[in-house]
Amino acid sequence: MGALSIRKVRKSYGSTEILKGIDLEIADGEFLILVGPSGCGKSTLLSMIAGLDSITSGDIHIAGRRVNDLSPKDRDIAMVFQSYALYPSMTVRENISFGLEIRKVPVAEREAAVKRVAQILQIEHLLDRRPSQLSGGQRQRVAMGRAIARDPALFLFDEPLSNLDAKLRVEMRTEIKLLHQRLGTTIVYVTHDQIEAMTLGDKIAVMKLGEVQQFGTPREIYDNPANLFVAGFMGSPSMNFISARVDEMGSGYGLALENNGERFVFPAVNANGEMKNWLGKEIVFGIRPEQITQVGEGATNGHVVRQALKIDITEPTGPDTLVLAHVNGAKLTCRVHPSFAVAPGEKMPLQFDLSKSVYFDPATEQRIL
Amino acid sequence: MASRHLTLGRIVLYAVLAYCVLYYLLPLTVMLFNSIKPLDDLKAGNVMSFPRSVTFAPWVKAWNTACTGVQCEGMKGYFWNSVSFVVPAVLISTLVGAFNGYVLTMWRFRGSNALFMALMLGCFIPFQSILLPMARTLGALGISQSVAGLIFVHVVYGIAFTTLFFRNYYVTLPEELVKAARIDGAGFMRIFHRIILPLSGPIIVVTVIWQFTQIWNDFLFGVVFSSGDSQPITVALNNLVNTSTGVKEYNVDMAAAVIAALPTLFVYVVAGKYFVRGLTAGAVKG
Repeated sequence: MGALSIRKVRKSYGSTEILKGIDLEIADGEFLILVGPSGCGKSTLLSMIAGLDSITSGDIHIAGRRVNDLSPKDRDIAMVFQSYALYPSMTVRENISFGLEIRKVPVAEREAAVKRVAQILQIEHLLDRRPSQLSGGQRQRVAMGRAIARDPALFLFDEPLSNLDAKLRVEMRTEIKLLHQRLGTTIVYVTHDQIEAMTLGDKIAVMKLGEVQQFGTPREIYDNPANLFVAGFMGSPSMNFISARVDEMGSGYGLALENNGERFVFPAVNANGEMKNWLGKEIVFGIRPEQITQVGEGATNGHVVRQALKIDITEPTGPDTLVLAHVNGAKLTCRVHPSFAVAPGEKMPLQFDLSKSVYFDPATEQRIL
Repeated sequence: MASRHLTLGRIVLYAVLAYCVLYYLLPLTVMLFNSIKPLDDLKAGNVMSFPRSVTFAPWVKAWNTACTGVQCEGMKGYFWNSVSFVVPAVLISTLVGAFNGYVLTMWRFRGSNALFMALMLGCFIPFQSILLPMARTLGALGISQSVAGLIFVHVVYGIAFTTLFFRNYYVTLPEELVKAARIDGAGFMRIFHRIILPLSGPIIVVTVIWQFTQIWNDFLFGVVFSSGDSQPITVALNNLVNTSTGVKEYNVDMAAAVIAALPTLFVYVVAGKYFVRGLTAGAVKG
């Protein structure tokens, strides 16, 4: 049994169902990300793991123990909040040792724990300050210190970085990852930021409207999205979705496309048996911007094709330039090297790597495999 | 940039302000001056003038020997009467208010908002309307005509206000503080006294000032629910001024009135700046 297992967990307030049967399981030392847009139920789920909120039905096990009816203090967890929730009237030292004090840990051990935590997080010089005298990043560290001090079986993070400015957020993200590698702790981390999800997680659960849309490793989620929502939510800039009719093409299938009046057909790479049911019908063709680049070295083959498109807008980001064209009326973002980008209105030859193309049913939005 | 020169407008403004200051200070000044004038001076018709000679005899008499009805033992006993029920009543009602506010914000339950609304109604109940039921209640509890009875009345009457104050202060505190403390293992009472109360300084000051002034200055409950030796200073002051044997000693009356007002003045002077701060607490974040 894993460090955390969530089975058929439901939550409703009156007739409103917030969570509609969640099943998740992670192993000891894994970093689980709950990601999704606001209102998807991810924070509610975290609250229920913490025991701050009751579940309507289902089971939650932490380290093999059913915790449904245990109060937060008996669940062997620690939590870092979005607002940090440091106790304003206590010093950093008191904040960190408060939980130990309540658990009647002897003073000497408490001091040792504070010292250890302060060293790990490099906050030794802040121990006698109050939270109001700390910067945002320092408060964040203290909040993590408070969680680490008790050495719990499970850490819960509720959007811990969303109150920090962009630069600090990236720094703290790295620190959280380092901390996880160093301490080998099991973490459940809630965020709405898909970059945080990708960079930090061992496992990601993408949620929407109270349901887990997909649960898997970052790579699985990114390369093999289960549906249109997951494909569009993960990745920045997000995946291009183009409605296209499926045609026959040689021995396989092709996608009928059009740009600036010019018609062309791309092979439907990865299409399998299911595709024959879609012959002559519209599907959603998904391709990520980084798979559309300037024409490079090497010959084209079955899944690398070239096509020149009329560029409508260019967006330089520094390392890359995003160029936008319209195919079948849909916006198509391509990530090219800045020196190849052409001026808007001109045609640019582009190279498409179709090996990671994905297809979706336009009605159900589910993946066509 | 506004001109710093003394313009006609400014002169008029300062004149008006100075007049207002004098106007507001006048009653207190007249009281203080007349309380240290010899009676002869007053009899000569110098009520509004500066004292020609200064004597503290009226203060001593008001404190020690002035007659309040048939007894002539001054205000001192009644002063301590007031202290003896005002202090517990203020402390208890403040503590209960803090506790109510804590529960109504941090541990909401089904109907907690309705309960709060019902409590709020208590702020609008006129004193007179509860006199008879309260008299029956005190009788049933066996604490009528006693200090304990007065404490009870003022605590009950004050809870509506103190709860309102604390509840409105606590809604500005982040609920995550309580969640964090629960995960840290703290229980209901420990969160209250270790996390919430230490953050309550400004609102405690506001509540104490409010309750102290209300209860110390109360006359109606005092005159109805106490008698003889247990009467508060406000009732004693009334009796002293209305006692009509011999010469009317206005200087002693004035001294007694100032004595009766001193504690509330003292509380304002000591804690006044916190009062303003506390009233606006939560209005601006941070």
